[in-house]
Amino acid sequence: MNNTELIPHLFRTEYRKIVSVLCKRFGFEQIEIAEDIASETFLTAYQVWSLNSIPPNPVAWLYNVAKNKAKNQLQRNHLFNSKIAAELKNNLVVTEVEIDLSPKNINDSQLQMMFAICHPSIPAEAQIGLSLRILCGFGIEEIADAFLSNKETINKRLFRAKEKLRDEKIKIEFPHETEINKRLETVLITIYLLFTEGYYSVSQNTLIRKDLCFEAIRLCNMLVENEATNKPQVNALLSLMYFHASRFDARIDKNGEPVLYEEQNTNLWDTDLISKGAYFLNLSAIGNKISKYHLEAAIAYYNTQKEDTKQKWENILQLYNQLLQLEYSPIAALNRTFALSRANSKEEAIHEAEKLKLTTNHFYFMLLGELYTTIDTKKAKLNFNKALVLAKTTSDKKAIQNKISKLG
Amino acid sequence: MENYLLVYRAEYSAMPKATPEQAEAMTKRWMDWIAGINSQNKLVDRGNRLENTTGKVVKPNNVVTNGPFAEIKESIGGYSIIKAKSYIEAMEIAKGCPILSVGGNVEIREVSKL
Repeated sequence: MNNTELIPHLFRTEYRKIVSVLCKRFGFEQIEIAEDIASETFLTAYQVWSLNSIPPNPVAWLYNVAKNKAKNQLQRNHLFNSKIAAELKNNLVVTEVEIDLSPKNINDSQLQMMFAICHPSIPAEAQIGLSLRILCGFGIEEIADAFLSNKETINKRLFRAKEKLRDEKIKIEFPHETEINKRLETVLITIYLLFTEGYYSVSQNTLIRKDLCFEAIRLCNMLVENEATNKPQVNALLSLMYFHASRFDARIDKNGEPVLYEEQNTNLWDTDLISKGAYFLNLSAIGNKISKYHLEAAIAYYNTQKEDTKQKWENILQLYNQLLQLEYSPIAALNRTFALSRANSKEEAIHEAEKLKLTTNHFYFMLLGELYTTIDTKKAKLNFNKALVLAKTTSDKKAIQNKISKLG
Repeated sequence: MENYLLVYRAEYSAMPKATPEQAEAMTKRWMDWIAGINSQNKLVDRGNRLENTTGKVVKPNNVVTNGPFAEIKESIGGYSIIKAKSYIEAMEIAKGCPILSVGGNVEIREVSKL
């Protein structure tokens, strides 16, 4: 990797560690200072590495610079305290300036930061925004893109969320054991969102997208490695992400365009990641609660199986049936109907699909088009055309065009 | 949208005992049907299945009988609650119920808001 690739990559992986450790040291009162120091560290790296060469251990280099900047900051505070505050009170305590960037403290700080951000007093949207900003080093513009919003709105939202963290005096620490399960739910939602952000992003920068997916996996791994948070649903989510990630190289072509599942080169599926997925799926199978991550992981498992049997689709159908029972979502309803066509019949699926009436969703008309293909070409074309009107991205439009031209 | 109670009734006592394969196929039909309602986001409460070999009816003056079977052959096999715009829509949904294929019926009642 050269400089222009390495720094954004390191920013994704190291920014949050520096912010978490510093923020834990300074407290949320000074989160902006922690963020500034982390950002300045990368700015310094960019300047120095462009002039000289990349140091042999870039991460250690970054930590060193961050540490020095933080020490300067603390000393400035200390100076202020001793010069001004000391005149007010005479009992000055000299604090030891120490920034602990050991692997253990980095890990703990990050996990605790995750829980702090997912505090119940912060609205869900702000939690995800803060996670993208602090845990994934997203720029304000990128967050605005992800939320289909603008920079001002996101800035305000993040500002209010940080204010809330301060007002509620939220500490960077592990929640009490009785709280963990409840808080874990938001943490998992956030991690999954980060993953899907990378997986389904319209951005054609595959490097950044892959980074995001693997960072989400990394965060989830941290939860699994920690005894207090190593719960079945966490293992299920990790399994699910590994299964999906196994197709990362197969589902995007050289130009960054998505490749449909049935057109993927299965040789590009990463068998190592598939076996990791299976490993964590097994570990998730304890306890008596089935989370939606369990169901989605099981579906994702079947999607890694190349054999196209009726039994496989029957299993997928029943998993979707259960998933819809837990939580309705249009995309689950559409996927379930597709599974129905494979497990039962196209005719039955068409009958069911017509009832869904998701008429603002281009995937709905793509599904209908797909189901009518080989049954009624005219209707297939009609539905694909409706999908074409509703589709927003050029790659979606292209995929639909392809389907239409194949109809002849 | 109003809530409607669906009550599934059939003459269970008159039914021949299903083979395991038949029972499994029937279960699948129920699961697929219920999931179909879920796919339209119209299931309020999946409800429960009722044991159809037992039952008690308590009447005035300390009279207790073993289920309603003496007077009516049909018994309630289960119930669900759905939401629909009208009886017409509720009926459309009920028409897919697997109980119809074994000679049973679905009673639809609008749930009172009071």
